[in-house]
Parts: sequence; structure tokens; C-alpha cells
Amino acid sequence: MATTRATARNLLLPCLGLLGVLVVWTVLSQTIARDLPSPARTWEESRRYILEPFFKDGEMNQGILRLAFYSLVRVAKGFALALLLGTPIGFLLGLSRGFHQAFDPIVQFLRPISPLAWLPLGLVIFQRSEPAAVFTIALCAMWPTVINTAVGVRSISQDYLNVGRVLKLSRFKMLTRIIVPASLPYVFTGYRLSLGLAWLVIVAAEMLTGTPGVGGFLWQEYNSLVYSHIILSVITIGAVGLALDRLMGLIEARVRAG
Amino acid sequence: MAYLEVRGLRKTYVTPRGTTDVLGGVDLTLDEGEFVAVVGYSGAGKTTLVSLIAGLLEPDAGTIVLDDAPVRGPGPERGVVFQQYSLLPWMTVYENVALAVDAVNPGLDAAARRRLTEEFVALVNLAPATWKRPRELSGGMRQRVAVARGLAMRPKVLLMDEPFSALDALTRATLQDLLLRIWGERRTTVILITNDVDEAILLADRIYPMTAGPGAVLGPAIEVGLPRPRVRRHLSLSPAYQKARQAIVDFLKAARPRAGV
Repeated sequence: MATTRATARNLLLPCLGLLGVLVVWTVLSQTIARDLPSPARTWEESRRYILEPFFKDGEMNQGILRLAFYSLVRVAKGFALALLLGTPIGFLLGLSRGFHQAFDPIVQFLRPISPLAWLPLGLVIFQRSEPAAVFTIALCAMWPTVINTAVGVRSISQDYLNVGRVLKLSRFKMLTRIIVPASLPYVFTGYRLSLGLAWLVIVAAEMLTGTPGVGGFLWQEYNSLVYSHIILSVITIGAVGLALDRLMGLIEARVRAG
Repeated sequence: MAYLEVRGLRKTYVTPRGTTDVLGGVDLTLDEGEFVAVVGYSGAGKTTLVSLIAGLLEPDAGTIVLDDAPVRGPGPERGVVFQQYSLLPWMTVYENVALAVDAVNPGLDAAARRRLTEEFVALVNLAPATWKRPRELSGGMRQRVAVARGLAMRPKVLLMDEPFSALDALTRATLQDLLLRIWGERRTTVILITNDVDEAILLADRIYPMTAGPGAVLGPAIEVGLPRPRVRRHLSLSPAYQKARQAIVDFLKAARPRAGV
């Protein structure tokens, strides 16, 4: 009995929360923000994008899942590049005092730079919007991987390292058998945070480059004054971001369980 | 010259709050195939002594010579069974032991190394748990893996740092019996660090009592005149047992920490 009641609560309360948000949204759209489409109008104007999520009428007029797919592919490229760069840098920062002294200030300096600042630089370097977007995503998303990997390596228990020292393991075996597996939980926490950042950056990157995707669509619909599609895009971005975070959370939990 | 000879070993830790004199000139000798115990209070510096002999720490003064070669840095010829087991949690029982087997037998082919690994796992009665990971094992089973890994290093001397202190009394007795049996079969040279006088007498040929720190030193070794093979339940009544126990307890009482009990 207690468990059924708990389940009912767990279902009911989030629904109530959602209802509350919809009520506030409706009231706002009727009173102080008259340009804001109401929930009903948003649905009416967006239903084709949701019910036929893969249609394609033109470059920027496509079903919402098709647009999300373009964005995801772009994020996947940027995220992969971020891991490819960030993981080895993180291990080097954690393993070598000299490397840490040389590059940690640079890492701390580059970390807070906004994607909006990197993107024009990417456009200058690559001349095309697609690689510039991937470059920006990678540069912004790699820092949690770098920092968590370095922290993970530095917090490996001395006991594990002593086992390797007593066995006189080679540097390579020390790395592959002890250091990498011992720091893996931290590394994957870094990966999850990096993926979250990559998804944050995608919107800005697509807005500025005007490439097809959820962010590009959002910006185009703003310029075309179709405000309900801005809301559709925002909701899609949130849903995909949540799904990505949960997915990485599952992978992370598996790694932690060993 | 003895097989293992430790002379005038000193170690001081420097911390922001001042210096702590841990070992104040430790002397210890060990013959090949001998089982020696070091008994002392918790916090006296026993783990520091093991770490120095293992080469994991550098002494401030003194020498350690094993089999005519001075000790510099760690190496598998001084195998260690750590107090906190120190098993690698991402590896199975087999892989933990194989790490040691592979490290000290680079010349053997894969099949021979696998046979050796299985032999050491079976030696500590863990064959049924071969493919389990440490978190699936009880404390006693974990420490058996650590013992198997220590023996698998084929050490000239096996250093055991309070190996059973984290276990409950019944499990501890089982592991002591296991160690007694294995030592009887293999005659590995062992230094056992413990704070349990009865454990020391049951297992060791000679016992060094350690004074309480700071600046701990070892007292003269006490011979345990008990015949082998030893059987636990016959021991405590024998006069030799009583004599050894009395000698150790008298020494430790005289050397107990001033601020303590």
C-alpha cells in the first residue's frame, strides 16, 4: 500500500508542477506578454513539426526531430573532438608536475571563454560554418573532461600505486593496468559534464552560423516572427539535453560499478 | 652476514606542525626461511618499518641489506601484504594475482603463467571465487587474495603489515591457520607486523618487541621454543608458550607510551 501511494505521489506531483507552469505561461501570454503565444496556440502552430517529426520542405523548414538530428550529429562531432583532445591533456596534467605547471594557467585562462567569442575565430580559421561550429563546441566542451581527468589521476589512492611500485610495473603497464582504470569514474563524470556543455553550445553555434538544426531553426523563426516555434525549439533543446544527460548518467553508473 | 640485515634504521616525518621522530635506530636480522614477527603498540611505527624495508619510503639513516644486496627502492623480491588489502577493485581475483605472476615471470609463456596464477589462487582456497571482483568478497577472502598476490611475487622476504587486524576474531583465526599451513609447505621468509601477541607466538620463530614511539626501537628478539607443525589448541597450555608470552608482555609493559594507558 505504502509503495502504491508513493508511486501515485511520484506521478501526480510532477504533473501538478507541469500544470502550474502551463497556467503561469497562459496567464503571462494573456496579460503582460501579449506577443508570447499561449500553450494552445504553440501547439496549434507546432503540431505538424511534432506529429510529422521528419518532414522536409526546405533547408530550414523541417520536422523537429530531423532538425534535432542535425544538431545531434554536430554535437557528436564536437563532443568526440573534445574527448579526443581533453582526455590526453587531462592525463598529462594529472601525471606530470611540469606539464601541470606549464599548462594549468592556460587551461584556467581558456576555460571561462564563451562560445560566442570562439565562433568568429573558428570562422576566421576554417572559412566555413560547419567546421567552425564543431571547433567551437569542442573548445568549449573539453574543459570538464580535462579538469576531471586531471583530478581523477591525482586522487588515485597511494595504495594502488604502491602495488604497482612493489611489482616494478613498466610505465606503460602502470598506466594501463592501474592509473587509467583507477581514474575512469572521474573521467566519465567529466564526459557527462562535457556533453552537457556541448549541447549548450550548439544553439549559440547554429544561431551565429545559420546552419540547419534546432538552434538555427530557432533563430530563423525569431526573424520570421513565428514565436511559437521558438518555444517549440526551446522545449526540444531541453528534452534532448535531458535525454543526453540521463544516457551519460547510465554509462557513468556502469563505469563506477566496474 | 644474515639473509636480511637491518642496521640503525631511522625515520623522521616532517609535517607543518613539526617533526615526528618515528623510528630511532631499528636493528633486525632474519635468516633465510625464518618467520619473524614484530609486535608493538598501534602507532608505534610498525607500518613505517615495513614501508622502509619494502623500499616505499627512504630512511633518514641506516642500511637494509637483503641477500648481500643493499635495498634501494621497491621491488617484488620484497613482496608486501598490505594492511588494507590494496586489491585493485577493477580486477578479478585471478587478475589481481596474475598481475604479480606476470610481473615476476616475464620469461614464462602464457600457459605456464596461467597455471601459476591458478595455483596461487587455489593455495589460499579461493578457486571458487577466481572470477569474482574484490567487492563481492568478504574481508577474509580479500585478505586471502592479498596473501596469494604477495606469495605470487616469489619474494625473498614477504612483508606482512598487520594483515589480519581488520578481520573479526573467527576469520582471523582461520587465516592464521591458513598462513601456518602455507608456511609449513613453502618455508617462505616472512616478517609479520602485528599488535597481537598470541598471533605472533602462534606463527613466528622469533619475535621482536617494539617500544612505543616516538623514536621506536626493537627490543632483543625472543625465541619461540615451540615445535612445528604447530596446532593452535595445544599451544596456550605449553610452558614454552607461557614463557614467550610473559617475556613479550613484560617488555611491552616497560616500554608503553607515557601518555597512554
